[in-house]
Amino acid sequence: MNALSKRLFLNTLIAVTVALPSLAQEAHVGDLTGHAASGKKLYRRFCIGCHGPLGDGNGDNAPWIDPKPRDFTAATFKCRSTPTGALPTDQDLYNSVGRGFYNSNMPHWDALTDQMRIDLVAYIKTFSPRWKTEKPGDPINIPAEPAVTMQSITHGAELFQKMECWKCHGQQGRGDGPSAATLTDSKDQPIRPYNFAAGGDDSRFKCGLTNQDVYRIFMTGVDGTPMPSFADVIQPNDAWDLVHFLRTLQTNRHSKENDVLKAAGGKIPVKAADAPSGSGGQ
Amino acid sequence: MRTKQLFIVAIALMVSPALLFGAGTISGKVTYAGTPAKQKTIDMSKEPTCAKQHTTPVTTETVVTGPNNALENVVVYISAGAPDESSASTQAVTFTQKGCQYLPHVLAMKAGQELKVVNDDQTSHNIHPLAKVNREWNKSQPPGTPPLSEKFDKEEFISVKCNVHPWMHGYFAVLKTSHYSVSSENGAFSLPNLPPGKYTITAWQEDYGTQTQDVTITGSETKTVDFTFKAKPY
Repeated sequence: MNALSKRLFLNTLIAVTVALPSLAQEAHVGDLTGHAASGKKLYRRFCIGCHGPLGDGNGDNAPWIDPKPRDFTAATFKCRSTPTGALPTDQDLYNSVGRGFYNSNMPHWDALTDQMRIDLVAYIKTFSPRWKTEKPGDPINIPAEPAVTMQSITHGAELFQKMECWKCHGQQGRGDGPSAATLTDSKDQPIRPYNFAAGGDDSRFKCGLTNQDVYRIFMTGVDGTPMPSFADVIQPNDAWDLVHFLRTLQTNRHSKENDVLKAAGGKIPVKAADAPSGSGGQ
Repeated sequence: MRTKQLFIVAIALMVSPALLFGAGTISGKVTYAGTPAKQKTIDMSKEPTCAKQHTTPVTTETVVTGPNNALENVVVYISAGAPDESSASTQAVTFTQKGCQYLPHVLAMKAGQELKVVNDDQTSHNIHPLAKVNREWNKSQPPGTPPLSEKFDKEEFISVKCNVHPWMHGYFAVLKTSHYSVSSENGAFSLPNLPPGKYTITAWQEDYGTQTQDVTITGSETKTVDFTFKAKPY
């Protein structure tokens, strides 16, 4: 071994040793094990354009994108099964990569194999030191969904008033409440509240399609945005009532909630005491 | 009887080493020089239950001044040389939302100390500390719900806001030490119970930044340290 190749060898050794701790990061979902080293190659091919080489959301495309690509160095994630402030589970991140983010430039990456997606999750976890010192939070418990009834929908409408969801989302859930125009995310970028009334059967929530996903969104909050967690202030049964009411705000979407409402005459009774000035709950 | 007295003295000495060596105090006044920017008037008409609580116009609190150039809401704390404190204070600090304002506007606490967040208003607030070193969380607190109990583990000045009421803004000053003081409306602060030693005192103002001074305490004395911040005129 001559002097030059010896030095090259040493440099490589040092580089590998330095890089190893983070690239040894793993992710686990079911039987799958993701490896950051493999994820890094995939990231540089598929993700770097928006999320950037440093994972801080400052990729070449970022200036033209709204909402902005996620900054992985902050380890603040919107779609979690875990309480507000806690790290998401590997499953949460894996789901986000596969599902994509509706109403954003983040596509669903279901063209990638399961293994590729879990490798990417492992690599995403190398951008913040929090993954070395903290464990993900415990997923919130979601009890079985009760039957959709007019009583449930009506109570949900009362909660929508009481919790003041309408302050941002508007009385009809159109995302036009009195505080809507002033909202900014945690990076001071303007952000709009979800418009429930937009879209038809494909009107999707950012963090999933099912009633369980809706439940999870307002209980965990959407971290990094103005949407807070209601886990401390809404009881599980009340939360399901709110889910049922929120579905009726998706007026153009076919749902069991809208069927029940239609069968009952299409109007949610408003208690006189709860009636706000202006329009009612529905 | 005698042994009992001795026992009490011994306990007192163990509990408070400051008694043995004499405890010093660092106190003083925080002022500004120049002309501070005029604070903006807040329009709370969108939240009538809050608006009606105020008889005089409410303004932003980025810079709050008192008589004789006094500067309020400045966090003054020992940033170096403080005696080791193994346990966090058992007493909770309280952050109250009242009239769609934060009381106090700047709340200091030791890392790990319990923080209680109270909603005294007839409207929902969301408490959103925009932490970067600590965890960023965001919780809704409708009227009539019990206080939230939280804590922050790491030293950081955290900007706090309510997204529903965009004018609401405050700070959590999370410090490594329990030797801190927030300047009052006449700019005064006091850091008592300091054993002899060399200390670095830091003063932090949310818009004007930080200043430090070194102070040595030799016995049971009171040292005066004043801070003057140059006002930003815009």
